[in-house]
Amino acid sequence: MTMPALVADRVTLGYDGHVVFTGLTVQIEPGTVTTLIGANGCGKSTLLKAFGRLLAPSSGVVRLEGTPVRQLSARAVARRLAILPQKPLTPAATTVRDLVMRGRHPHQTLLRPWSAEDAAKVAEAIASTGMTELADRDVGSLSGGQLQRAWIALVLAQDAPVILLDEPTTFLDLSHQLEVLRLVRQINARQGSTIVMVLHDLSLAARYSDRLIVLHEGGVLADGAPWDVITPAVLATAFGLEALVMADPASGRPLVVPLEPAPDTAVPAI
Amino acid sequence: MSRRQGIDLGVIALPWRARVLWITLGCAVLVLGVFTFGIAAGSARMGVGDVWTTLLGAGSRTFGFIVFELRLPRAAAGIAVGLCLGLAGALTQTFSRNPLATPDILGVTSGAAAGAVVAIVIGGGGYSVGASLLGLGIPVVATIGGLLAAAVVYGLSWRQGVDSFRLILIGIGVTAILGGLTNFLLVRAQLTQATAATQWMVGSLSGVSWASVWPMLVVLAVAVPFALTQTAPLDLGQLGDDFSTGLGVAVQRHRLLVIVIAVVLTSAAVSAAGPVEFVAFVAPQVARRLTRTPRPPLIASALVGAVLVVTADVGARVAFGTEIPVGIVTAIIGAPYLIWLITRHNRKERR
Amino acid sequence: MSSPAFAVARRVRVDAWVLLGLALLLAVVGSLTLGSNPVAPGTVLQALLDPSTDTDAVIWGSRVPRTLLGLLVGGCLGVAGALMQGQTGNPLADPGLFGVSSGASLAVVLGAYLLGFNSMTASLFLALGGALVASVLVFGIATLSRDLANPVPLAIAGTAVTALLNAVISFLVLTNASSLEAFRVWVVGSLGGRALDALPPALALALVGLVLAFANARSLNSLTLGTELAQGLGETLWRARLVGLSAITLTTASAVALAGPIGFIGLTAPHAARALVGGNHFRLLPASGLVGAVTLLVCDTVGRVIGGGQAEVPVGVVLATLGGVAFIAIVRRTKLAAL
Repeated sequence: MTMPALVADRVTLGYDGHVVFTGLTVQIEPGTVTTLIGANGCGKSTLLKAFGRLLAPSSGVVRLEGTPVRQLSARAVARRLAILPQKPLTPAATTVRDLVMRGRHPHQTLLRPWSAEDAAKVAEAIASTGMTELADRDVGSLSGGQLQRAWIALVLAQDAPVILLDEPTTFLDLSHQLEVLRLVRQINARQGSTIVMVLHDLSLAARYSDRLIVLHEGGVLADGAPWDVITPAVLATAFGLEALVMADPASGRPLVVPLEPAPDTAVPAI
Repeated sequence: MSRRQGIDLGVIALPWRARVLWITLGCAVLVLGVFTFGIAAGSARMGVGDVWTTLLGAGSRTFGFIVFELRLPRAAAGIAVGLCLGLAGALTQTFSRNPLATPDILGVTSGAAAGAVVAIVIGGGGYSVGASLLGLGIPVVATIGGLLAAAVVYGLSWRQGVDSFRLILIGIGVTAILGGLTNFLLVRAQLTQATAATQWMVGSLSGVSWASVWPMLVVLAVAVPFALTQTAPLDLGQLGDDFSTGLGVAVQRHRLLVIVIAVVLTSAAVSAAGPVEFVAFVAPQVARRLTRTPRPPLIASALVGAVLVVTADVGARVAFGTEIPVGIVTAIIGAPYLIWLITRHNRKERR
Repeated sequence: MSSPAFAVARRVRVDAWVLLGLALLLAVVGSLTLGSNPVAPGTVLQALLDPSTDTDAVIWGSRVPRTLLGLLVGGCLGVAGALMQGQTGNPLADPGLFGVSSGASLAVVLGAYLLGFNSMTASLFLALGGALVASVLVFGIATLSRDLANPVPLAIAGTAVTALLNAVISFLVLTNASSLEAFRVWVVGSLGGRALDALPPALALALVGLVLAFANARSLNSLTLGTELAQGLGETLWRARLVGLSAITLTTASAVALAGPIGFIGLTAPHAARALVGGNHFRLLPASGLVGAVTLLVCDTVGRVIGGGQAEVPVGVVLATLGGVAFIAIVRRTKLAAL
């Protein structure tokens, strides 16, 4: 049996006394694309932050390839795990190339804050996100979608085998959403990267993920291949949504078609 | 690839930023120039050539005395104060991501001022505590006050790590308390003591000697390399704490190190020359506009600080003839220049 | 929409207003009764309703004007601080940022230096004029930069002008002993010993400023969403800036003219108010004004009580010390609401 890429082992997570998960255990297998889904506020980002050691569990451990992340230096983790947070700050007066170059930080040393290899990796990351023509533009002048792709390029330049993406498709139009998710699959196929992401679009999640984890009320509601997870029963519990699940004619993956509620139940009685 | 991206010298490889390099070199040349002029100018006139031959050990004995005993300490102190404050300002503005944040906000300056004023006012008044403080010498008391205040600010800001926003707010509170104390002592003091304390509080290079220059040089020799090791984390810090952590920065350790460097630099400058205000705010802002970099460049900010302080000091001596504290002249020179840069910069962007 | 969470939030808000109201009441009562010569609340009430007893002179002649002055100055500074932070989007901005306080101080020092003015009334009008000139100067620079959308150059230009004015003040003060004497009394803000002849014009300016401030609240709410969204919501940027800056200038100038440069309230009252009532400027502006007024009155009273008769401690000093401690406690306790 191969060692899991990431394990959250009986972790308790929360913010300022407000607990989101208690004793949660989740394993991520290497070389897979896993997507966390669930209603707003169910803890998708919380779990992702814990995997990315942005949030320290109050109990339990997070292991990266078997080693507790707390025992690794910040830089050692960064060479093996990259994370795209949900709301990064946009720096002033910075070109796309300079921004993406910052992804090379964990590979650089004090006397060599730059190398030809860094430049090559950056160019590659920029090319694979389709940003080559915009490489010398100021990030302040980019559209929302372009900026999002620049962030993804930064994470790709980090060249880590495990990549965590918090809502990588926000701000993107449908074709760019598809582009990003295809890119994710490509990286996974080409480099065997392990990818964990948070997505909101269930059909896209089903279409591009090997595994879906549905989070609900402080625990895992369903976990497995798309067809095992995306069922009307799970959707009803996790989202309070009545929906049909049918096979997507293009991909053969589950496609979620929401139903209109019957008129007399239109206003939820709360 | 049309644009040169970096230079690789084997052990060392650096990204190639032509504008930053030229501006930095330009500032360095300017520092040397003003430095030379500062030594040459004065009641006993010397030529620029005389200055350098004397500095290199080949001048007459009279010039030797004037240069090494009288003018060099002051010029060197001006440069060192400018370097310390410029660098400290660049570090503070960068890690806090706020151009209005100067090292004063970390409590150093107000702590040093409170220490010095306590020593002057109470010491001058003849109380035993104050007298023994005064016996330590104002620079030492100011240093102790500054470091204590900064430690208090950092300690009070700690809540599962130090958040830079909280740190700034706590710093404002501590600065206010110390400022209140200082003002109270000034109001209660006799006019002569108040004048002495006010004089100290605007910052001046008139009283410096080699004894106040050496500590600054030692601090600079240690602090500059340490500051340069933080270049990359400072860049990444502009993306927010989460992204920095993700890219392998130990955020809390980095922040503590940057704060300590800024505090020690400021404290060294303040204990030598008093709180020379405004340099730490203006030098990084000017340097950033000149180099057009996303954040204040460290070395260039330090050099701009040095140019500003030495120019102000020399300018005050040459133009006014009297001893006007350097802290005043830095603002009179620096503020209009910064305003001009702001208006020019914005117009260019619009077109 | 009446989910339980929302109801809780509303109750908390109401409690905050009750708290502020009670605090204000206590502060006013304290300010009227306490001092070097304590008077029982009942006696004060009697004197207020029926001015015939001996204590009238103290109450009507000194305590009442001083309390009103404290309310006005503290309220103005609190409101001005909230406006300034909203306009610049910078938590470090205080009402003095655009040179208003330094302009006022410079005018006072210049008056003493050039014209030999030393009377309180002269200082007051000088301060008012100086504050207005400085503010127009900074706004002029900002207009010159033609980038009203971006508050950062505005803040930096303000800081630069303030530093310049302060440098000129220091220069005058150090070269001229009588200026130093005028300055060091003036620079420590105080509610005591201030002439009240100029209260009516200052009050009028302050009222215009406060009206403009509340007229600016909706714009500020939009501006906190970013200038683009603000424009999308129908804001005219230059008008929003002009109204806001005029309000800041008028309120700060009258406060500075009446009580000297009282720092700290304008910077910190908005942070305390934000922790109490949230970031909506319709609530934040009045709350910040109340916090400012309460703080100033309490500190003034404490200064009078500590001083015990002969030499009261100037409110600026008490404010910085007590206010500093309270502010640190708030900042440490609460979850910070960034702007």
